[in-house]
Amino acid sequence: MPVTAERPETLDVRTLCAAYGNQAPMLLEVLHDLQEKIGYVPEACVPALAECLNLSKAEVHGVVSFYHDFRTAPGGRVTVRICQAEACRSMGAEALTEQILSRYGVSLSEATVAGITFEPVYCLGNCALAPAAMVGSELIGRADGPSLDAAIEEAGR
Amino acid sequence: MSMILYVPDDAAALSVGAERVAKALAAAAVGRGLNLTIVRNGSRGLLWLEPLVEWDGPDGRMAFGPVTPDQAGALLDAIQAGTEHPLALGPTEEIDYLKNQERLTFARVGVIDPLSVKDYEAHGGLEGLKVALIMTDETICEAVLQAGLRGRGGAGFPAGIKWHTVRKQDAAEKYICCNADEGDSGTFADRMLMEGDPFTLLEGMAIAGLATGARHGIVYIRSEYPHAISKMARAIEALGEAGWLGANIRGSGKDFQISIRRGAGAYICGEESSMLNSIEGRRGTVRSKPPIPAIRGLFGKPTVVNNVLTLATVPVILAKGAEFYREFGMGRSRGTQAFQLAGNIRRGGLVEKAFGVTIRELIETFGGGTATGRPFRSAQLGGPLGAYVSEEMLDLPMDYEALAENNAMLGHGGITVFDETVDMAEMARFAFQFCAEESCGKCTPCRIGAVRGRETVEKILRGENVARNIALVGDLCELMTDGSLCAMGGLTPVPVLSAIRLFPEDFERASVLAAE
Repeated sequence: MPVTAERPETLDVRTLCAAYGNQAPMLLEVLHDLQEKIGYVPEACVPALAECLNLSKAEVHGVVSFYHDFRTAPGGRVTVRICQAEACRSMGAEALTEQILSRYGVSLSEATVAGITFEPVYCLGNCALAPAAMVGSELIGRADGPSLDAAIEEAGR
Repeated sequence: MSMILYVPDDAAALSVGAERVAKALAAAAVGRGLNLTIVRNGSRGLLWLEPLVEWDGPDGRMAFGPVTPDQAGALLDAIQAGTEHPLALGPTEEIDYLKNQERLTFARVGVIDPLSVKDYEAHGGLEGLKVALIMTDETICEAVLQAGLRGRGGAGFPAGIKWHTVRKQDAAEKYICCNADEGDSGTFADRMLMEGDPFTLLEGMAIAGLATGARHGIVYIRSEYPHAISKMARAIEALGEAGWLGANIRGSGKDFQISIRRGAGAYICGEESSMLNSIEGRRGTVRSKPPIPAIRGLFGKPTVVNNVLTLATVPVILAKGAEFYREFGMGRSRGTQAFQLAGNIRRGGLVEKAFGVTIRELIETFGGGTATGRPFRSAQLGGPLGAYVSEEMLDLPMDYEALAENNAMLGHGGITVFDETVDMAEMARFAFQFCAEESCGKCTPCRIGAVRGRETVEKILRGENVARNIALVGDLCELMTDGSLCAMGGLTPVPVLSAIRLFPEDFERASVLAAE
């Protein structure tokens, strides 16, 4: 196969798979690394993933579509995940989510606006300091409007 | 002058500013010409006091909290001058919340530098593994069995029986899989342990390997826990460098290596067979049982699947003996459980106590009631698949059997508190919605039942044929309970039915509102 004709993300796939010894069980790890590198898992990468790991394209697609973490389209520069689970609901997570989303004029299902992607998440393991949210890689406890705004601004820099 | 301070880098502490506090303290020390050493420990579990800073003084560890970055300078001045500081809490170990606990699994969490093997050993670490290295596989399994250790992930199956089963399998390859996919809302003990004392978990896994003949261990950690993943990765490296993991452990001729696998945001992967599929790089769908994983698990090989806290409790059992451990607890629930106080609670955090402590003691004595100060309404025990309990049930002991007799479950020890403003019909709707979103789709009762359940509760919320729809939800729950492949579909009815049984007025009230 002529390597020069390949798209850049396909080259990334080959390098990443090789780093895991082209082992099929490492598919999730490869997908995480790929998404960290280019922001999402492009559908165009599926054939190369399948070939490198000796899987069928259907198997790769099945895994990509099963797990919430993997997105198949680019997200914003900043990802804001607000916990929707019970412990955070007990401390007003629904109202907080509504308040933030209405300010940005979006709804909560992978909605991207002004470079910010909002996603629901079920538990960040910070249930004693609810409501919890994660902005980029920053975990926020006792989240409120101002603390989320500050973190979004910080992460967007 | 030199000074040693402890500032946690536990994710919960970081979430309320521990990193900024550590930086402010370091900067303030430079300005004062103070030789300051900051140790980044795990959290003591007094989460409402985070960031909790500890000073290692002549009289032991002294606590201050919650500290904000702008108080850093004044705090250093007060410590240096020996004057009282408004945030001073006295000796850490004398704080009631901590003093009244029985910490066995969490003995070192928040105390030591989590990545220092030397510190770990100085506080009793590795004693269990040292003992295990000179025991036979059978006697190790027997010690775990005699200690009465039951799976801490929620199901409460005796760990010793599982280990014996794997040990007896004749296979060249066996695995120890640690389930660190702690997805239940209201639980964070696994995360705290992995961040605060990761060596304990690794030591427990190595002992499990010796006990069963497995040479490979895998820790499956959810991707929502980046801090724990990074801490565990560094801990594996450090323990390997010290010769306690890898090939020929300390010249014993035994091998045990551990690797980490990241989850990818699927709640169902906390179910053991889904987790095994996920580790194999597949969709995290549930497998039918039998065969059980102890006979045919990861890659079809005999596999021990245990929760983080189950494995992390093994070292203390081996170090101090099965008798010591089984002294704690009540009935068939032996030892201690790491209870997690979460949600609408004034003093949220981690409380390790012997089984038998009442729900009321945990919520009121330790937790101090609700965070909002409004009256208590309900608490959910054991995560999203656990039952809601009412005020009248608070004197029940935390014991697997006692709770089961009262239609509740202990689960992973999480307690999520709600005040009077909670709408229990809405919580029932949410239970179905969560199941619909997280169902793996393999079995029909769960995949379709969850969606129909959500729709039916929504009708109740709108006041449509309330009595008939409540009966319909009851029928649906019976089918999901009896017909689902795993606990996801099988236990989603638990929170729903407990809400209907204990708080019927919330379901009626919805109808009245709609009629107006």
